[in-house]
Amino acid sequence: MEKKQKTKPHIIMKEHGIPNAFEYDNLLHLNDDWSIDKFKETFQINIVNESENKCELEFDLIGCSCALANTYRRILLSEVPSMAIEKVYMLNNTSLIQDEVLAHRLGLLPLKADPRLFEYPSKIVNEEEEVSDQDTLRYEIKAVCKWNSQAPKDSRRPDDIYTGNNVYSRDIKWVPIGKQSELYPQGEKQFSMIADDILICKMRPNQEIHAFMHAVKGIGKDHAKFSPVATATYRLLPNIQIVKPIRGEMAERFKNCFSPGVIELVEISKGTVEAKVKDARYDSCSRNVFRHDDLKDCVQLGRIPDHFIFTIESVGALPSSVLFIEAVKVLKEKCKTFIEELDNID
Amino acid sequence: MGSHKNFDSMCTFKVDGKKYNRVVQHIQNKWKLVPAFLKGKGLVKQHIDSFNYFVNVEIKKIVKANEKVLSDADPLFYVKYLNVSIGTPDIEEGFSVSRPTTPHECRLRDLNYSAPITVDIEYMRGHQPIIRNNLLIGRMPIMLRSSNCVLSEKSNFELAKMNECPHDPGGYFIINGQEKVILIQEQMLRNRIILEEDSKNCIISSCNSATQERKTKTNVIGRTGKYYLRHNIFQDDIPVIVIFKAMGIVCDQEIVQLIGTEENFMKKIGCSLEECHALNIFAQNQALKYLGNKRKQKRFTVVKSSITDEMKDVLASNILNHVPVIDFNFKLKATYLALMIRKVMIAETDGKLLDDRDYYGNKRLELAGSLLSLMFEDLFKRFNWELKQIADKNIPKIKAAQFDIVKHMRHDLITNGLACAISSGNWTIKRFKMERHGVTQVLSRLSYISALGMMTRVNSQFEKTRKVSGPRSLQPSQWGMLCPSDTPEGEGCGLVKNLALMTHITTEIDEEPIMRLAFNLGVENVNILGGEEINNKNVYMVFLNGNILGIVKNCYRLVTVFRLLRRKGLVNQFVSIYPQHQHRCVQISSDGGRLCRPYIIVELCQPLVKAEHIKLLEQGVRSFEDFLHDGLIEYLDVNEENDSFIAFDESRIKEGITHLEIEPFTLLGVCAGLVPYPHHNQSPRNTYQCAMGKQAMGTIAYNQRNRIDTLMYNLVYPHAPMVKTKTIELINFDKLPAGQNAIVAVMSYSGYDIEDALIINKASIDRGYGRCLVYRNVKCTLKKYANQTSDKIMGPLIDTVTKKPVLKHDIIDNDGIVAPGEMVENKKVMVNKSTPSMNIGPVNAGSQGQTEYKEVAVTYKNTVPAYIEKVMISSNAEDAYLIKLLLRQTRRPEIGDKFSSRHGQKGVTGLIVEQEDMPFNDSGICPDMIMNPHGFPSRMTVGKLIELLAGKAGVLKGKFHYGTAFGGSRVEDVCEELQSQGYNYLGKDMFYSGLTGEPLQAYIYSGPVYYQKLKHMVQDKMHARARGPRAVLTRQPTEGRSKDGGLRLGEMERDCLIGYGASMMLIERLMLSSDAFDVDICNKCGLMAYSGYCHSCRSSARVSTITMPYACKLLFQELQSMNIVPRLTLKNYCD
Repeated sequence: MEKKQKTKPHIIMKEHGIPNAFEYDNLLHLNDDWSIDKFKETFQINIVNESENKCELEFDLIGCSCALANTYRRILLSEVPSMAIEKVYMLNNTSLIQDEVLAHRLGLLPLKADPRLFEYPSKIVNEEEEVSDQDTLRYEIKAVCKWNSQAPKDSRRPDDIYTGNNVYSRDIKWVPIGKQSELYPQGEKQFSMIADDILICKMRPNQEIHAFMHAVKGIGKDHAKFSPVATATYRLLPNIQIVKPIRGEMAERFKNCFSPGVIELVEISKGTVEAKVKDARYDSCSRNVFRHDDLKDCVQLGRIPDHFIFTIESVGALPSSVLFIEAVKVLKEKCKTFIEELDNID
Repeated sequence: MGSHKNFDSMCTFKVDGKKYNRVVQHIQNKWKLVPAFLKGKGLVKQHIDSFNYFVNVEIKKIVKANEKVLSDADPLFYVKYLNVSIGTPDIEEGFSVSRPTTPHECRLRDLNYSAPITVDIEYMRGHQPIIRNNLLIGRMPIMLRSSNCVLSEKSNFELAKMNECPHDPGGYFIINGQEKVILIQEQMLRNRIILEEDSKNCIISSCNSATQERKTKTNVIGRTGKYYLRHNIFQDDIPVIVIFKAMGIVCDQEIVQLIGTEENFMKKIGCSLEECHALNIFAQNQALKYLGNKRKQKRFTVVKSSITDEMKDVLASNILNHVPVIDFNFKLKATYLALMIRKVMIAETDGKLLDDRDYYGNKRLELAGSLLSLMFEDLFKRFNWELKQIADKNIPKIKAAQFDIVKHMRHDLITNGLACAISSGNWTIKRFKMERHGVTQVLSRLSYISALGMMTRVNSQFEKTRKVSGPRSLQPSQWGMLCPSDTPEGEGCGLVKNLALMTHITTEIDEEPIMRLAFNLGVENVNILGGEEINNKNVYMVFLNGNILGIVKNCYRLVTVFRLLRRKGLVNQFVSIYPQHQHRCVQISSDGGRLCRPYIIVELCQPLVKAEHIKLLEQGVRSFEDFLHDGLIEYLDVNEENDSFIAFDESRIKEGITHLEIEPFTLLGVCAGLVPYPHHNQSPRNTYQCAMGKQAMGTIAYNQRNRIDTLMYNLVYPHAPMVKTKTIELINFDKLPAGQNAIVAVMSYSGYDIEDALIINKASIDRGYGRCLVYRNVKCTLKKYANQTSDKIMGPLIDTVTKKPVLKHDIIDNDGIVAPGEMVENKKVMVNKSTPSMNIGPVNAGSQGQTEYKEVAVTYKNTVPAYIEKVMISSNAEDAYLIKLLLRQTRRPEIGDKFSSRHGQKGVTGLIVEQEDMPFNDSGICPDMIMNPHGFPSRMTVGKLIELLAGKAGVLKGKFHYGTAFGGSRVEDVCEELQSQGYNYLGKDMFYSGLTGEPLQAYIYSGPVYYQKLKHMVQDKMHARARGPRAVLTRQPTEGRSKDGGLRLGEMERDCLIGYGASMMLIERLMLSSDAFDVDICNKCGLMAYSGYCHSCRSSARVSTITMPYACKLLFQELQSMNIVPRLTLKNYCD
């Protein structure tokens, strides 16, 4: 494995730029005639890390072109659907927040609802309220702020003297429509908010918010609120090659130029230590070595061009792993349509 | 200069240099003195101080000066004002019932925020003297936060209860619900001698004298070796010797002694003496008669006892009228005149002595208090004059009831006079021939900064059109007093200025104690001395506010002792004293309107303020006043500043230094204080930011949601800047911010970022970046008319078929007013008001028929719909119903909206890009905004680069960095911080292209920069028209977006078309698309015919129709109407 990496071409990170970024594409396919079999052989996915709540996922895509990695990233950001509040029917809003702003804030709340259970809303705008249970979730918020009758006498803290002064996302309740209550007996839990302590609004006595909301399925391209991920991104695997041995005091300084755990100091003989690369994976690529004139030439910083460290941070409706599969499905679907279109040409 | 050096050596302490040459310790947290200074009265203390002085002191003086009203009809009759006082603001509700009010109520209800002026008078009713107390003579508009305002000395909680923002600076007035500021006016100083050179290279010493009664200007001019006096009341220049003789100093020797007996003076005065002899004037009477003949002829000559007596009077009261003349003793005035001549003589030999008109020691700033006192005095005089007229008229009449002057005191003269002056800004005072316009302006509430910036604005009296550079250029004496950055571009450049952060403007101080003190300190009165003694080489002349006080032998002692006493608090802290060695005089100033600024006193190379003092200040034990009281800090005005040695910081203290700067960033003003790292920017960039900071939207005040302003822009999610400055915290900009921290990547992206255009991330906009609220108000009053009719509001019109309100009315409630929360679209009715068609006719007897009403509904005129935020129904000052609606629009940024950073780098949105197309870095961050790097090289806004770096470090570490001028976080420290967080120390990160996914070749400089959204938005500007309204007269399309006007094809565009030879295009654009009109022309007479018949030829034989612009036809007809006959000769085009 080690040998193989060394022979592989790198993206070189110099002090003021990446000199071979323009030939990036060539770096990938140096000895090339691409074939699907070869690709199947070399391409691999290693799952590196998955957080307990399954919201964060880190995995490696090895041996593919950046176009593929980027496609997944782009699809995850903008084309994997999720549910979000789209319409707000304001019955009463005497709080300080303006109707539009409140609606905007409600729209950005992440919902637990699984978008796969629903269809895209029909384009035809019908009369108000008439929505299908197949494509819409209905929510209600009713929050009133009052004086707290049991407030401690000398307290002036808003939390003590008022009740309901902070409106949180947990105050939003799901309201089943149509057959939803039968279809989803667990609906209350299934369609609630992901985080129940998102502050929506602050209120003072006698202010009230009462509104109905309709959540629909949508994609991030329409509005960022439909994006199922907080972010999905990748980076290339860093590679640090020590050209000249670095020993003694220099080694200590060298170590500090990288993220913790990247460089280790190995005692080669009594009292002298030499810097060795332990694990370049988690280096932040800050390139701070270049601050030191003496260390500058001892090292070559680079990145492996076909090793993508992919990170998906799901908003929480679906686990990140599922989202990735969804993204693959979207891509598949796109390919299919494309092929169909090609077939239809003649 | 010789004497100067001498003085210096006297001045500095003779100490062993080494002993005191130890390093001066840096005073930690010295800047805390600045908030302590501002804590006292806030940022607009100069306005408030000035108004307080007027209300509490000066108004009493004015009333005292005009205390008696006598009548010609009855010698026994009199009215005497015993006292005057101004109450607290209230609203009159019906007859003599009033209740206290708050400024906010006045704003909402379009009322005046004013307080009653009450007087105690003693007067004669019949033969009885009567004393009446608390009589209302008028109402005085009250400055917010002044001593009479309900807001003064209120806690934040109490302010909130009154719907008032605790950060609002006050210092303005509320007239008819409008907030009006009386701008600070810059003026030349008065009662001082100014040496100048005129266009003919003659030296002129001039003196603007101003007293309560009149303002005059006296000039002494040296021309061809002779000296003349030039004054408005004389036709020609008068030889000065004649004036001396007229003043009763007849002896030539005495005159020469007054001017100076040195060789050079004697030589110079010779010619003038001779000239006087040639005129045959030897005695006072002769001189007075001569002057009498030279006097400008007045139209209404009141015959007085004699010319000589009259001239004496004129001399006493018109020439150098600020020099007092008691019992026609002209001694002091003659000495003053001699001094002016002397100065001209000295300046003739030494050109350096000419005064600089633009020097700030020679300027005075006029504030609201002094302007109002002028206006009040004028109105009060007129009020008294009217009382006298009434008394004269009514006393002779014999009536059942005794004549009681109190019943004739009407208070609307003073009330309306003051309110009108403030609301229109026209200050017309006939007494001083003063006619000024634009003294007041509506307080701009676009942003918190714009309001603050307006309160510190200084207007110059110079004509804006003149192209002189002197008054516009930056004066070295402006240092620390006026902000060097904050001035508008264009015509007002350098003429409109802003006060710096620590500037104080003095109010008048009583002269009497100062005079006494000066005499105690060895000043000898001039009246008992002869000319020889006065002009002695070893003595200095002492002036108090430009008037000669006397002479002093040891001027050094006078100055130092005086200053010592001032530091001890025995003399008012704002009295300044400084020697003018070149003129051998000492000037003491206690007049109002001087610019001054506090400094730390340095004695024996050590600043008196020590670290322990600052510690006490931090603990709240000490206040700024304590520092002044203990003599650790003192105020210096511009002139005294010039006589001091002020160290910029502790490290520069060396022998001879007398003062230490408190904090250098205070030399900037409020607006320039927002810029982080301004000392790294090219200076015009800071100036641009000063102008743009006022257009940024954000938060206006804590009470912004309670206000119903004509126009208000708010950001939905405003941020406090990541990189703050000390000024930002001092003025509470971080609590009322106007902008957002955007993550900016400095790189090129697509072609839509050229010419400073910005690329914005669509997801950022989706999530609320740059989202703003636009509030507008709609007003409507229901007036009552003279004939007992009044406007009324009708309910919605119901469609007879559907039984629903008609479309136009579907959003209005049954009361005829739109409901809050409704969306209003174009042309919808908001208030269904109707007005009686007859409103001046006779009083409607009631029964006979209903009055007819015509609809004058208040409709919404804008293609973009808005929402009703709130509806207010109240009554205004005339007791008419007042309905105010507040409309709201929420806007997300779109292409073409204007944004700007805090470094004068404005740009419009060029493209809005999907998040996935944006470049991203290793940690998956995509920027909110992309800025083209070409914005940097030519603008040289290095401050912005540092702001980005410091902001990035701050974000990573979770703290604010400071970019205070001449200080702030250092770049090295910031870089170190970045490295410790695992980021590149240069702030550049590796980015991947969002489109291809490949790494970008260059590292990208990225991080948070504070961006302001400016009020210029596409939605308010976009305009197109295919067809539309036309002007009535010319039938050409109307002009301007508001009238749905056409887009003008201007002269230059026309020239292009002509040059190109596109004649058909020209015809289309200039005629067919504009005002084409078919005219019948009679070929026989060449005049216009009408419907195929020529009225002058009485035939329709040779009439043909042509098309021409309507404006052309109009021109022909207009020419005809003035007896010029334009005849058209038509030819067939094909011939």
